[in-house]
Amino acid sequence: MLETLIIFLILGLLLGAILAFASVKFHVETDPKLEEIIEALPGANCGACGFPGCSGCGKAIFDGKAPVNSCPVGGSATATVIAGIMGIEANSDQKPLVARVKCNGADNAKAIYEYSGAKSCLLAKNSFSGMKLCDFGCFGLGTCAVSCPFDAIEMINGLPKVNAKKCTACGVCVKACPQFLMELIPQDQKVLVNCNNTDKAKNAMSACKVACIKCKKCEKACNFDAIHVGSVAVIDYAKCTNCRACAEVCPTHAILVYEKNNIVKVVAEAEEKSSCSGCSANCER
Amino acid sequence: MNNITFYFSLVFSGILIKNVLLSQFLGICPFLGVSKKTSSAIGMGISVTVVLVLASMVSYAFYYLVQVPFHLEFLRTISFIIIIASIVQLIEVLMKKYMRSMYESLGVYLPLITTNCAVLGIAIININNGYDFLGSILYALGSGLGFLLVIVLFSAIREKLELMDIPKAFKGLPIALITAAFMSLAFIGFGGIL
Repeated sequence: MLETLIIFLILGLLLGAILAFASVKFHVETDPKLEEIIEALPGANCGACGFPGCSGCGKAIFDGKAPVNSCPVGGSATATVIAGIMGIEANSDQKPLVARVKCNGADNAKAIYEYSGAKSCLLAKNSFSGMKLCDFGCFGLGTCAVSCPFDAIEMINGLPKVNAKKCTACGVCVKACPQFLMELIPQDQKVLVNCNNTDKAKNAMSACKVACIKCKKCEKACNFDAIHVGSVAVIDYAKCTNCRACAEVCPTHAILVYEKNNIVKVVAEAEEKSSCSGCSANCER
Repeated sequence: MNNITFYFSLVFSGILIKNVLLSQFLGICPFLGVSKKTSSAIGMGISVTVVLVLASMVSYAFYYLVQVPFHLEFLRTISFIIIIASIVQLIEVLMKKYMRSMYESLGVYLPLITTNCAVLGIAIININNGYDFLGSILYALGSGLGFLLVIVLFSAIREKLELMDIPKAFKGLPIALITAAFMSLAFIGFGGIL
């Protein structure tokens, strides 16, 4: 009995001594600042910053290779903490962002064939630019939902729906979407253009019922110079006041309003019956 | 000559016939946990191989030099666990110092090896089967290489499975377990070689 105790005591002491010796002898100097920075990061290891995990990002910030606001998930709060550790001032006038989808296609967009391959938007895109006649729209296969490290994207009726409460604006879905439909917008932005179709009015209209037809009605309706129609209507979020004037005049309802995380179609009372006048604005002859 | 055949058969049976994962079902946790990417599977396989060889060397020495003379064979399991944990710790410290990039790429998998029952299993099998020192090392080496082979094959299959249109109920772990079962069936085919 006593032998057992003694031998195991010696074994434990010996192994402990070896490990203690090794940790002193082979000690690697690490700056406590580095540990603090990694501690301050969210620890989700989502990879949104472009570094391998939070420790990789922390190391890059520590080495000065990345700015203190490298972490899109932590936002300005994390940036301020890290800036405090690094002893510099954070540039924290950034508004909190949220991801959203620039397409309202789903059943509104015409399909040209039935896709039954692997559930990957990238593969669908490689199959004749997808199963939709519109080459810019969402395929509804959910690559963004799978990519989301925070489980914030859900596929509802063939379209991804971002749960604003869960979304951390890490931007992983923005990189994942082969159609470049995901966008990070300020959280308080309510009015959004839900189309990415840069085709001419006729082609866009025939491909999808809710496509932007570049009629420029929104541009004329906006009192704040906040929406411009180039190849597609684009809202300048810095100028937009969410007055909904553009959403009211949009003939195809490509401009929609988000209320409490749900899309609301805004229709001006007079517009209800009147027909679309996009053709007069777009007529080339 | 006879000895060489014996040692060769030990390595060979470790890799294929008595494969630690698919025939003895030891170390299944990292097999399922670290097999999503081939790159991390290779890292895990190599580090398990290194730990296996070192652990079987040290545990062999401890068993025959300390435990047998003092009649403490009944404490074999607990002492082996302590030895393995210490070895993994030591390797971690050394790796951090001398192989920084390897240390960072393995990350959390390195301390995970402590709880890999394949390491303890091989150390105990070595003693149970009465292998000598060289035999223990070679059997551990064979088992480690077998672990590496299977986990890399499995991770390659799982990478392909990610892109397949699998029924919803089978997605993720269920299809992985079914795949592992088929691989195990295939490895039973090696059983008659030796």
